[in-house]
Amino acid sequence: MTARDLLTRSNLLGAALVVVLLVLPSLATAYFVNFVMTQTFILGLAAATIVFLAKYGGMISLAQFLLFGVAGFMFGNAAQETGARGLNLGWHPWAAVVFALAVTTAAAFVLGALASRSTGLYFLMLTMVYAVIGYYVFAQIVEISGPGGLTSIQRPDLLGPPVRLYYAGLGLSVLAYVGFRAVGRTAFGLALQGVRDDPVRMASLGFNVPLHRALAFTLAGFAAGAGGLLNVWWNGQIDPASIAIGPTLILLIIAVIGGISSFEGAWLGAFVYVLIFTYLRDLPLIDRVGITEARFNTVIGVIVLVIMMLSPEGLTGIARRLRRRLRPPARTGPAPSTGPPLPVRTTEKELGVTRR
Amino acid sequence: MNTTLGRGPVDSATRRRAVLRRTPLGAVALAVAAVAAWVAFLADDTPAGPATQDPGQFLVTVLDAVTFAGLLFVAASGFTLIFGLMRTVNMAHGSLFLLAAYIAIRVQESMVGQSRNIEPGHVGMLDWLVPMLAGAGVAAVAGLVIQQLFLQWNEGQELRQALMTLALTVVLADQMLREFGGLAQTMVWPGTITHFLSVQGERYPVTRLFILGVAVLVGVLLWLWLTRTGTGMVIRAGVDDRQMVRGLGINIKLVFAVTFLVGSFLAGVGGVLGASFAGAAPGTDGNWLLNSLVVVIIGGLGSLRGAAAGSLLYGTVVAFSPAYLPSEYSYYAIIMTFVLLALVLAIRPYGLFGRPA
Repeated sequence: MTARDLLTRSNLLGAALVVVLLVLPSLATAYFVNFVMTQTFILGLAAATIVFLAKYGGMISLAQFLLFGVAGFMFGNAAQETGARGLNLGWHPWAAVVFALAVTTAAAFVLGALASRSTGLYFLMLTMVYAVIGYYVFAQIVEISGPGGLTSIQRPDLLGPPVRLYYAGLGLSVLAYVGFRAVGRTAFGLALQGVRDDPVRMASLGFNVPLHRALAFTLAGFAAGAGGLLNVWWNGQIDPASIAIGPTLILLIIAVIGGISSFEGAWLGAFVYVLIFTYLRDLPLIDRVGITEARFNTVIGVIVLVIMMLSPEGLTGIARRLRRRLRPPARTGPAPSTGPPLPVRTTEKELGVTRR
Repeated sequence: MNTTLGRGPVDSATRRRAVLRRTPLGAVALAVAAVAAWVAFLADDTPAGPATQDPGQFLVTVLDAVTFAGLLFVAASGFTLIFGLMRTVNMAHGSLFLLAAYIAIRVQESMVGQSRNIEPGHVGMLDWLVPMLAGAGVAAVAGLVIQQLFLQWNEGQELRQALMTLALTVVLADQMLREFGGLAQTMVWPGTITHFLSVQGERYPVTRLFILGVAVLVGVLLWLWLTRTGTGMVIRAGVDDRQMVRGLGINIKLVFAVTFLVGSFLAGVGGVLGASFAGAAPGTDGNWLLNSLVVVIIGGLGSLRGAAAGSLLYGTVVAFSPAYLPSEYSYYAIIMTFVLLALVLAIRPYGLFGRPA
């Protein structure tokens, strides 16, 4: 790939966006940067793991938020020195980071291996069961979650000021975006997409289908764990209720709002969610129609319902469709170099799963 | 000579593969035997004690398992019925369960004329049955409305439907919290069945046996409906081949609507039983969605026999693990559910009676 190939419009737009985000802390208010944007990055990172599994593996996972929480709990238990709750192992913060990521990745491998022979709806249901059982595990085994959760968790000194956490979120998000897309072009990623489209054929070609699924789940679990670490540093605490079924569904909803088979959609969905969550109460007359903060879930649910009715591909799908409608085929002749379009067999995709 | 030599390695490879395939089965059999031995002889430091020493506790635990399985079956049979025919995973099943429970409690309160501290003695059988039918009826209608508005026009897009019903779950949970409040409420059993039986010296509530009775009744009626009536025949044909049923000129949209109505009604019946048994509160919906999911994942989606088998297995694990785990580990009972799932999925990825979707 030459430098010229990289100069596509979307790459330039993406680079410009990253530059804007880099200088954002000196442009916007501290609240917007440290609250809205940091949270967007954290949730976007977690939602991107759902997108990764759905887009390349055809697996819609509800267990990502559990892994997100596992990393947080493990860090809290390992890093805290004193306090009434948790194991208080008192390790060095970076040792705790390694420990948390290792445990999360191992848990993801085990869960992924167990789910690796089921697909589609079965996978969705199975991961939902994971999420709920995981919640109960943390809620009932108070040795590792402390009655009422782990509180006052310190982040490593390197990430002391809140704005550094913003940059960490930005860096990890860019890394995840580029990394996940790159994985899609590796041999592993291509095989994974083959497994998504036709597991039987891939198996007969000699690929180990369950192993590919399990490894994809493990990779997604690792990234979700990194997001979970950011989250626990940002919140300073974590309790079992924060990984209950409600937040788990919210994360899936974030991925769905943005469009479950586009990586941009993960962060877009997170941004929309955080914006609604933060600013809905400030809209004029909003409480006149009976919408208060307490009814927030209804608003989110209705939004998702409407989006799903309009387009199963979420906001990015709607945007793509609008763009197509606004700009009827602009090309006047065949592109000079490519000649007649190659007969490419396209497959209809529904939510990242091939429809036959 | 040559052929026999040539077949040697093939034979051993086949045999090795067969052994490998049988390994999970053997492991599961071993695990079951170990658990049985533990429950019968070794479970010393547990709340219940070894079954050979304390048969009463053991019998009570068995009854607990079977009666809870009955409740599970009522809730999960509707879920699996809807999936079997329409391939729709109705994630709002738990919400319908909770909705029926709340409605039934409201109706019962207005029938008895008291809003709290209702004595079972003041509740006649009718004061329980009518609210039950009202609650389940509301759930059935709500389910039908959901199906007509959100699921009928995008048939076949399974994941889209699952996500839409998940969004509905969020909305319904929030609206029920607004309407019915956040406090736990209970439906009161009629006074005629709030007695205790004596089982090997242990007191056992009749209400739990009543739940089992309702479950058996529901199971028998469902079975008769599916095997002895015209609609049931169409439903069974639709489970096997929807296109063919449609091709024969049968109005399958109507059959879908009826099935959704019945499935939601069953969720409602389960909800009222659950509210009488353990109360209704925000979060009950998620719990029962989980229970239904576990049952159908174990038993196999879309199979009524699977729902029964899954209920029994899951009910057994739920009843036995708190009673027969060592006392200091009874917190870990929830993990046993996970172990059960892992064991079943290791042998049959689509559940005991399921087949690939």
